[in-house]
Amino acid sequence: MLELLKNLASWLTSPAQWSGPEGIAARVLEHLEYSVLATLAAAVIALPVGLLIGHTGRGAFLAVNLSSFGRALPTVGLVTLVFLAGGLSVWPVYVSLVALAVPVIITNTYAGMAAVDPEVKDAAKGVGLRGRQILWQVELPLALPLIMTGVRLATVQVVATATIAAYVSFGGLGRYVFDGLAQRDLVQVLGGAALVAVLAVVADLALGGLTRLLFRGRPATAR
Amino acid sequence: MTIEWGWFPDHADEMIRLTADHLATAVPAVLLGLLIALPLAVLAHRVRPLRAFVLGASNILYTIPSLAFFVLLLPVTGLTRTTAIVGLTAYTLVVLVRNTVEGLDAVPVKAREASRAMGTKPLRTLLTVELPLALPVIMAGVRVATVMSISLVSVASYIGYGGLGQLFTDGFQRNFPTPVVAGVVLTLLLALVADALLVTVQWLCTPWRRGTARPRAATSPFGKLPAALKLWKRA
Repeated sequence: MLELLKNLASWLTSPAQWSGPEGIAARVLEHLEYSVLATLAAAVIALPVGLLIGHTGRGAFLAVNLSSFGRALPTVGLVTLVFLAGGLSVWPVYVSLVALAVPVIITNTYAGMAAVDPEVKDAAKGVGLRGRQILWQVELPLALPLIMTGVRLATVQVVATATIAAYVSFGGLGRYVFDGLAQRDLVQVLGGAALVAVLAVVADLALGGLTRLLFRGRPATAR
Repeated sequence: MTIEWGWFPDHADEMIRLTADHLATAVPAVLLGLLIALPLAVLAHRVRPLRAFVLGASNILYTIPSLAFFVLLLPVTGLTRTTAIVGLTAYTLVVLVRNTVEGLDAVPVKAREASRAMGTKPLRTLLTVELPLALPVIMAGVRVATVMSISLVSVASYIGYGGLGQLFTDGFQRNFPTPVVAGVVLTLLLALVADALLVTVQWLCTPWRRGTARPRAATSPFGKLPAALKLWKRA
């Protein structure tokens, strides 16, 4: 075990391992590219849908059940399926990661909107705000903490799952995991996994910091 | 993409075998997860300084890719089903610990105090008052953990214990989509059925909530009671 950790440390710290198109730095960038683009795409799809469902109250059943559907959907199966259907391209990776993130964001956005006190909405209506103004000025700010939780959750899942890119012969940190697995090289697998975990934690902390910035000056209860 | 419908009846036996295999990995993982999560959550609930540590540690487990998890366990447990089960158990802990702590937190202080005032010992209060009252939230966690485990089992196909995930590898290697479709659909069905069963169990275990209770939107994975269950209830 100690031997393994020593080898891991030298694998992670050797300069040769970090440079070049196959190096850790390049793999981290690839991994980030897949994760960031997929999460952004998912947010662009999911946020309007979640807000609409929450604002109108229509399709709540869909919003609630979607999250479990997303949880039950096996990502490896999905990536394989899109790969076999569409051939060798990076699309299967994005389709699977977006499919993973969309339900989480929709459900949390809806939950945030549903948690807004109806009396607050009535008060907003009472002072003469229209539907759209209520959505932007009252509901959205109040729902934002839960919405951000959803985005953070989705990001962590996407970063951890982006390893599947390597399964369909693309890069990212999954490359180390799959190559190491094929070569029975445990150090490489461990290194890849550790890097993914660190990346996921860093992404989560970064988004947490962003949330805190967004809520500066708000009463503590809104957090 | 063309699906060969003839493949399905020809491989019915294999699909049944893999489904059983799938369950044999997912179910022990959730049970083991519960066995570990309950005492951990009670500790985290009672001892405040432990709380952040326990919740934080379970969150970090969540960020390790599942595939890597299985591989990391290989030197310890070898190419066995245990590897898959232990890996999945770690994932269930994230949901189970968090939900159990939240469920215990939500138990009204008055309920606990009343029980203590009647002379009930702390352990008995925990078992007969606090845990039953926390059950709906704990069960919501169990449902999420079960659905998640069923979906994640397929990742273990790289180490040969992936249940229905074996169909993905098979289809991928032979460039043949039909088994992959079968695997995805069967996994979804299995998750749906397992969840419906858990809803039934929860309904049976919490008689005091019947009639007034509505499943909580944000925590229940498959939403409301399935229609069949409602019919059965009426009968």
